[in-house]
Amino acid sequence: MLHGYGSSILEGAWLTVNLALTSMALAIVLGLIGATLRLSPVKWLARSGEAYTTVIRGIPDLVLILLIFYGGQDLVNRIALALGSTDYIDINPFVAGVCTMGFIFGAYLSETFRGAFMAIPKGQIEAGLAYGMSNGQVFWRILVPQMVRFALPGFTNNWLVLTKSTALISVIGLQDMMFKAKSAADATHEPFTFFLAVAGLYLMLTSVSLLVLRFLGKHYSASIKAVEL
Amino acid sequence: MILDYNVIWENLPLYFGGALVTLKVLLISLFFGLMLAIPLALMRVSRSPLINFAAWLYTYVIRGTPMLVQLFLIYFGLAQFETVRQSVLWPYLSSATFCACLAFAINTGAYSAELLAGSLKSIPHGEIEAAKAMGMSRATLYRRILLPSALRRVLPQYSNEVLMMMQTTSLASIVTLVDITGAARTVSARYYLPFEAFITAAVFYLILTFILTRLFKLAERRWLAYQAPRKH
Repeated sequence: MLHGYGSSILEGAWLTVNLALTSMALAIVLGLIGATLRLSPVKWLARSGEAYTTVIRGIPDLVLILLIFYGGQDLVNRIALALGSTDYIDINPFVAGVCTMGFIFGAYLSETFRGAFMAIPKGQIEAGLAYGMSNGQVFWRILVPQMVRFALPGFTNNWLVLTKSTALISVIGLQDMMFKAKSAADATHEPFTFFLAVAGLYLMLTSVSLLVLRFLGKHYSASIKAVEL
Repeated sequence: MILDYNVIWENLPLYFGGALVTLKVLLISLFFGLMLAIPLALMRVSRSPLINFAAWLYTYVIRGTPMLVQLFLIYFGLAQFETVRQSVLWPYLSSATFCACLAFAINTGAYSAELLAGSLKSIPHGEIEAAKAMGMSRATLYRRILLPSALRRVLPQYSNEVLMMMQTTSLASIVTLVDITGAARTVSARYYLPFEAFITAAVFYLILTFILTRLFKLAERRWLAYQAPRKH
């Protein structure tokens, strides 16, 4: 049915999963930095955190991808040329994809994390400090375990959007499952078959993610009594 | 100077033309998306499991797959079938603008339906009971009480959906439409100035985002005034 392109598409699917996971790891780091900046008492730090989230969330993913991949590569080379280098610097689409996706979703996640931080009562931080914990201990022992619970719904949402957005990276030539499907469709003149197969794979990916994250949600709110209406 | 902005100044009309295309595609898809979302939302709050399931399946599949795949399925995919190419709809289905609007409307319809269903479910019981006590039929109840109230309450979330949709329309440039992103791709390819070209597109989108946010603030002040915090 897939004219032997099945394995090639599955390879692409594996790349998609890798891309999504690596981007998410970067986005979590950037999101935590962004949230810390936005919650900082130093005004210009808070401002720069706000600027990061506002600007990134106001620009389409596709434009950012094209900007970072083509524009970034061009700019790096122009600067290199100005500095007297003659080698042409090539950016790998996977690296560009991870950077772009991480950068975009870091902005979204910093909002999620900020909300989660603020949902934790201040008294707990003070109590932790009063027990003689260091700031780091308060962060890892008190804040993080509870933050996970508050952040999970927003995180789930961001993860699903990110997974779907990875399809856009095929536009800059990364051979993910979307790219493989497009090549197969062009070769066999059966675009509907291949794009439907890819749609099915994405649906599987999002469904599995939902199940796993729902399980995690149960795990992290085990100590919280569900309110019955 | 590392950056060259003269070319961008010369090509600004192309960007403004692109902005018009972006807005046109956005408005058409939002309109038809909302037309689709209202019946779907009513199905999602239906007590019949079958009707509810049908609408759930639709929104689940659409929300679980990337917009790009949906767009490609419609624009490239449908041409695979001989019957589609012979049908009276073919002149429409072979147009990139039509396919883009269709794909976007189908997509935003699913997201808006879920938002609207949530809004319908959150209507206070008292309003429904009062309407029933007044002797309203189900149709009148929906037309006079439920839908107007749900459509108002959904405004804040819907404004997010509209902003997301505005960004999504940039995908139209992949199927040859010259919207803001399309204009940037043209400029980038013609002069090989990708950085300047895409930064300009980003600025255009930021301005549009800003304008849309303002408009929704005004709309909320007009239609959600009763929910605003009390001023002394």
